[in-house]
Amino acid sequence: MKPFSYVKPLDLAEAVAAIGPGAKFLGGGTNLVDLMREGIELPETVVDVTGLPLDEVDELPGGGLRIGALVRNSALAADRRVRAAYPVLSQAVLAGASPQLRNMATVGGNLLQRTRCRYFYDQAYACNKREPGTGCDALDGFTRGHAVLGVSGSCIAAHPSDMCVALAALDATVEVQSVRGTRRIPMSDVHLPPGDTPHVETALAEDELVTAVELPPAPVAAGSRYRKVRDRASYAFALVSVAAALEVRDGTVTAVRLALGGVGTTPWRAREAERLLEGGPATEEAFGRAADAELAAAITRQGNAFKVPLARATIVATLKELAG
Amino acid sequence: MSEKYVGRPVDRLDGAIKTVGEARYAGDHRYPDLAHAALVHATIPRGRITAVEDAAARAVPGVIDVLTHENAPAMKPPPKVTLLNLSTLAIGTSVNHLATDEVHWNGQPIAVVVAESQEAARHAASLVRVTYEEKPAVVDFAAEEPNAVPQKSNALQSARADKGDAEKALADAEVSVDLRFTTPQHSHNALEPHTTTAVWDGDRLTVHEGTQSMAWTRRHLAQRFGVPERNIRMLSPFVGGGFGGKGQVWAGTLLAVLAARATGRPVRLALTRAGVHHAVGGRTPSAQRVALGADRDGRLTALIHTSVARTGRVGGHLEQITAASRHLYDSPNIHLRQSLVQLDLIANTSMRAPGESIGTFALESAVDELAWELGMDPIELRMRNEPERDPIEGRRFTHRMLREVYAVGAERFGWSERDPRPGSMRDGKWLVGMGVATAYHPSLQMPASVTVRLDADGGVVVRCALHEIGVGAATAQAQIAADELGVPLESVRVEIGDSDLPEGPMAGGSAQTASAASAVLEACRKLRRSALDLARRSAGSPLRGATDPRARDGGLYQDGRGETYAEILARAGRDHLEARAGVGMLRFLARTVREQRRWMKAASGAQFCEVRVDQDTGEVRVSRWVGVFDIGRVINEKTVASQLRGGIVMGIGLALTEETLVDRRTGRVVNASLADYHVPVHADVPRIDVHCLDDPDPTMPLGLVGVGEVGITGVGAAVANAVRHATGRRVQDLPITLDKLLPH
Ligand SMILES: Cc1cc2nc3c(=O)[nH]c(=O)nc-3n(C[C@H](O)[C@H](O)[C@H](O)COP(=O)(O)OP(=O)(O)OC[C@H]3O[C@@H](n4cnc5c(N)ncnc54)[C@H](O)[C@@H]3O)c2cc1C
Ligand code: SF4
Repeated sequence: MKPFSYVKPLDLAEAVAAIGPGAKFLGGGTNLVDLMREGIELPETVVDVTGLPLDEVDELPGGGLRIGALVRNSALAADRRVRAAYPVLSQAVLAGASPQLRNMATVGGNLLQRTRCRYFYDQAYACNKREPGTGCDALDGFTRGHAVLGVSGSCIAAHPSDMCVALAALDATVEVQSVRGTRRIPMSDVHLPPGDTPHVETALAEDELVTAVELPPAPVAAGSRYRKVRDRASYAFALVSVAAALEVRDGTVTAVRLALGGVGTTPWRAREAERLLEGGPATEEAFGRAADAELAAAITRQGNAFKVPLARATIVATLKELAG
Repeated sequence: MSEKYVGRPVDRLDGAIKTVGEARYAGDHRYPDLAHAALVHATIPRGRITAVEDAAARAVPGVIDVLTHENAPAMKPPPKVTLLNLSTLAIGTSVNHLATDEVHWNGQPIAVVVAESQEAARHAASLVRVTYEEKPAVVDFAAEEPNAVPQKSNALQSARADKGDAEKALADAEVSVDLRFTTPQHSHNALEPHTTTAVWDGDRLTVHEGTQSMAWTRRHLAQRFGVPERNIRMLSPFVGGGFGGKGQVWAGTLLAVLAARATGRPVRLALTRAGVHHAVGGRTPSAQRVALGADRDGRLTALIHTSVARTGRVGGHLEQITAASRHLYDSPNIHLRQSLVQLDLIANTSMRAPGESIGTFALESAVDELAWELGMDPIELRMRNEPERDPIEGRRFTHRMLREVYAVGAERFGWSERDPRPGSMRDGKWLVGMGVATAYHPSLQMPASVTVRLDADGGVVVRCALHEIGVGAATAQAQIAADELGVPLESVRVEIGDSDLPEGPMAGGSAQTASAASAVLEACRKLRRSALDLARRSAGSPLRGATDPRARDGGLYQDGRGETYAEILARAGRDHLEARAGVGMLRFLARTVREQRRWMKAASGAQFCEVRVDQDTGEVRVSRWVGVFDIGRVINEKTVASQLRGGIVMGIGLALTEETLVDRRTGRVVNASLADYHVPVHADVPRIDVHCLDDPDPTMPLGLVGVGEVGITGVGAAVANAVRHATGRRVQDLPITLDKLLPH
């Protein structure tokens, strides 16, 4: 690991002032430190933000929750209010990583964790995300873990987070702060598809600190569900995951939220499927049609073509379960 | 011998110190001036190094030296493999590290950085820039498979067998199956990455390393570094998992010793997790054909098993993939062939039950498929083809209990509740399937020397350079010595893990415990005789007239009269008595060859598996396991059950999740991390019911048969057969991932 300097500010103003070119915020470190060990992240300065007072979950005045960026993943999943109002979020977090990692990992870090593409991790390979313009060795390599939605000819890396899939379904807002002030970014705008610039991954500027994630009230989410499909029973990234919430009245879908993990270059809100479902019949056929519509844009490679039928099957099964 | 401890589930002697973290592994030894080394790995599969730029690395504070082929002191080249000196098998590759500019595999260690800290060494290693002249490389097993050439047989392994005309019998068979199977490369993934601490003192060398083979490693290092063997001491009291991956000498060991010599400092080299993938070989991938012909009653008329495996162009273990097919089924016509391709990849090596683990996947899947074709219960089909004698060579089995293990297993598992129709059993969204397969692993013994000493205070010391790779090696020998000498277990100390001790067998081939047991028994018997002689010569000993006393209560007693060892020694004015036992290599080999002509010995078992397959996604979860084994006499129910369970867990990995991904363009391992190489985690493993018949093999010391490997055999097929039952789908390509089961 390249030597670096380390600071641990204890208030927000100090933290946003400490960050500058070549500096990185450090949350739980479960992703950043790995990448530093591999020589992929080479910060000059590491600004440890875990001393900041951002580790509470608070109820918002108009309903909804405000989750501090430093709430640990395990604490988020265990929070009573989260479990009652947004079970999909609790389930998604618990489906990720391992207990040890979740005890370390923060909400801010989870949001900004980088892809697990092995060609990105191993410097012996060409990777546009790691070194812009060098090419993408994943395209003709092992693509089992790679995305089929939102891909480009430059990069097909999947977004690895489970938590973010639930946040996408819940219409979360991310609050960030820098020396320039505070701004709020809708979850759907936080992560950027690769396009020709796969190294530009989020809408955040390098000096912006995530301070909180806010969840608006969402009655439909009370019965929501996260279903993760993976290669072993635990401790593996999603091949496909589905965050879903569904409200059915008299056989008709009156409200629906659907987001996908493991298949998108970003946490994938399935808006096309939602549009088709809303107001339509809550039947297996309708669920299948909606899934097909969402997945019609998929661009697959030999190693990940199975994700399209798998995603369809998982969407349909999850919606059926929610429809009762 | 009175059996007070043998057969009992005695707690392992090393349990407590491992639990509290006091067991010191190779990377835990401190030296005041210890330096740390890190490897630089090649990034091309084949070619020449044209330049090494190490200025940036050398500029890192704390860097002591950067060793490359341009400046490293030369080691003697590796010896040619000869069966007259088995330690020549110690090295997996013909490559002489850091002696040439040639690159033979992607990931080959090509430079070593030595620094004051591990962090500095690893950081500097990442700054070494190497340029290459690339040469074309052949790295894709699947593409190369059609070009396989027949494997040559040697004294250790026969690569072919023929009986009758199997192809014709297959063509004439009333019922037949003819299936192709493929299995991927696997990696051992021991918890402890390979770590060596090497300390030179003049021409004397001390090496701390978790190895499965102290003796061969020492001999090999002596040869490579041109010092007498007696100058080298290997210390290996604990091995943090081996599974075959620490059976040979790999680059990390040699380069740690080399770096210590070059820098004049004690050096520790701990491979990174990715480094293990690049510098230590794994299990070969395979392509296999199994074809079976039978009459309508299920009696086999033809058995064909052929295989293609790979080696590296610079070395590799030869895998006995068709071996189980020699012994499991009676068929008048048998045809077995093993072939090989050579690839520009790191030498492969043995991994838990080399050959049998993947060979039984193919054979036992095909037998199951034949049962489907016949509409017959798969256990019944196996029983109808149970041979009286070893099918090809006609030898007698020393102990053949497959009927018994199946009967007991079927009962414990509840096999009779299985509805044979595929897809017929359900539990909500889960399709439930049940499968069985036979486990089989030949039993081996190796030469071992031990000393056993009786001390004046009645204490017993057993000394043998055994390897503690997690099996409870010392515990088993302590139990045996305690019973044989009639002393309490607490008074026996077993010294292992040090090459200064009498030479032990390597920890491989499931042979360590049985091999050492036979020497421990012999030494203890000698010791009892000398104790008796001593007593009989001592005036006033109550044993003066004794001819055949029993060893019990810490001494020797006959007809109610006798005395403790301590008393015998005190009366004779001796402070200890010692006995040595063991046979030399040549006598040992002669005896083995003689025995092998006569007998077929093996551990065997029946694996019963229940799976649940998600009807929508194809996810497979193993929900129940029963393994019933014949491993002869059980010395320690606890350690034996752990070994068998561990094998089954690893087999579940082989069946469902494990695969080393080798990029077909570059030959580089892509999933070189524990996040990406999926070994089973707790959630993948159900409660495993292990049961042993505990019936001694009459030809083995104490009747015990090695147990380290049989547990993994048959597991792949049992899972595949259960999946077949659950879904109607036969997966012939490991691992059984969900994409292979998605409805299409
Ligand atoms: C073996 C393994 C398995 C895993 N499996 C899963 C899985 O199945 N599903 C899953 O979803 N995840 C999984 N993860 C990833 C895990 O969820 C992330 O590593 C974790 O959430 C990152 O959080 P952290 O606080 O440790 O982030 P860090 O490593 O500290 O930081 C990650 C990134 O976020 C930035 N950052 C951190 N905090 C802030 C902030 N407040 N403001 C701005 N930037 C910030 C850092 O600069 C860095 O770029 C796995 C990780 C590992 C190592
Ligand atoms: S998929 Fe993206 S991250 Fe992976 S190698 Fe290609 S460019 Fe890099």
